[in-house]
Amino acid sequence: MIKFSSVFKAYPKGGLALKDVSFHIAKGEFAFLTGHSGAGKSTILKLVYADERPTGGEVRVSGFNVAELVPRAVPRLRRRLGIVFQDFRLLEDRTAEENVGFALEVTGARRAGIAARVMRVLTQVGLAAKAQAYPRELSGGEQQRVAIARALVNEPTVLLADEPTGNLDERATRGVFQLLRDINASGTAVVMATHDLDLVRQAPYRVIEMQEGAVVYDSAVDEPRGEPAT
Amino acid sequence: MSFVLREALLAFRRAPLLSALSITTIAFSLFVVGLFGLVAVNLQAALRTVAERVEVVAYVLPGTPVETITTSLKDVEAFPEVASATYVSEDQALARARAELVEFRDVLRELERNPLPASIEVKLKPAFQNESDVNAVADRLRNFAFVDDVRFGRDWVEKLDRLRSIAAAVGLVVGAAFAGVAVIIIGATIRMAVLQRGREIAIMRLVGATDAFIRLPFLLQGAIKGCLGGAVAVGLSYGAYLVLNDWLQFHTQFFDPPQAAIIVLGGTVIGFVGSWSSVGRHLKRI
Repeated sequence: MIKFSSVFKAYPKGGLALKDVSFHIAKGEFAFLTGHSGAGKSTILKLVYADERPTGGEVRVSGFNVAELVPRAVPRLRRRLGIVFQDFRLLEDRTAEENVGFALEVTGARRAGIAARVMRVLTQVGLAAKAQAYPRELSGGEQQRVAIARALVNEPTVLLADEPTGNLDERATRGVFQLLRDINASGTAVVMATHDLDLVRQAPYRVIEMQEGAVVYDSAVDEPRGEPAT
Repeated sequence: MSFVLREALLAFRRAPLLSALSITTIAFSLFVVGLFGLVAVNLQAALRTVAERVEVVAYVLPGTPVETITTSLKDVEAFPEVASATYVSEDQALARARAELVEFRDVLRELERNPLPASIEVKLKPAFQNESDVNAVADRLRNFAFVDDVRFGRDWVEKLDRLRSIAAAVGLVVGAAFAGVAVIIIGATIRMAVLQRGREIAIMRLVGATDAFIRLPFLLQGAIKGCLGGAVAVGLSYGAYLVLNDWLQFHTQFFDPPQAAIIVLGGTVIGFVGSWSSVGRHLKRI
């Protein structure tokens, strides 16, 4: 599903962001990407959704070779992914329903089926009753649920979540995390970048720990250990 | 309504002032083109009227039998350049002179002998009212044995030709310059719209919208603004035409519907080209 093979990533002015990173995330798996800020978590996610290209090595996502992906093919790759960010990235002038429907409209979905699909995912994230609410009328946790609904509406095979609970209080964090677990339980692979160790401890999922651009621990291949570093 | 059309129209609601500003600037740019066009249309009409008066007159030798002239008249009418050929007898020429030259009425009345020669007045078809064709027809008329002299407004024909060329050249240069300005203005407004919607565009890309799809509402928006600007320009030109007509007390001509449609279409094309040249460049920055 997602395979990194000896991946290097250098930014023109920012030095080496990834050093010889290799891992494989299988279909339906849940994996945490942990590490300090600047450890390379977001760079890995950006390589997965082809916002960045590797400087060396190979990144394969759902059969696409990211290094060789022509710009025209990037939308095809992204339609197989759902992406969620810490800052939600909702459109303030659209309701929850419109924000979710937007993802279908801009990818050329048939208008006839959009409303039903949107309601289905809003129900899945527990926000059917607030479909007509604008982002400013929703709490942080609810806004993140709308963002998750938008990520899910195209039925992705992988959900990428970059610090999805970073802006949420403890209660909202638990709710959003449980939602991600439910999504994973229904067969969607989830890759979640976080530095919230409490969250990581709550579930027996795979942990890939990054430090200064390198994978320093991968629970799928390394010996189990007590505490992943933050 | 499709997403693309809805998004293009939403731009007017999201940024009404910016949209009004861009339409107004385009309208004024095209208005200047329209004013020039109006001058060109009227100049062209005036030239056509003057050109219609261009005729070649072949004066006939005295004593030529009328039958000879009427037979030759058919040959002259058969020239491809000739629209009509009319025989004017000595008496008709005198009658005309008496009617037109009022100040010489007494002199003309007291004449014992008619001094005016008979003539053949030849009018040319519009396509042949130019220097070389007029010369060619005059040369052929001179070949008739009964023709004494051939006269035509050579200077007029040459001047008309030159005026026409200058009008066309100035029209092209001014039109192109203002079209260029309008393209730049549209480009700038689209740039602002792209930057204003940067967040939305970034989200569209994240969820897998193609660049062509993202570009479409902007292109449509540019074309709509250009079309509206063109329509406003036609309206302003019409207003100017009414004011000038009233002020000059002189009947001028306005654009016919196809010409007005060309201005609106021109605005649409300018709007489309302006947004097309801008949107690709600025989308890359988001």
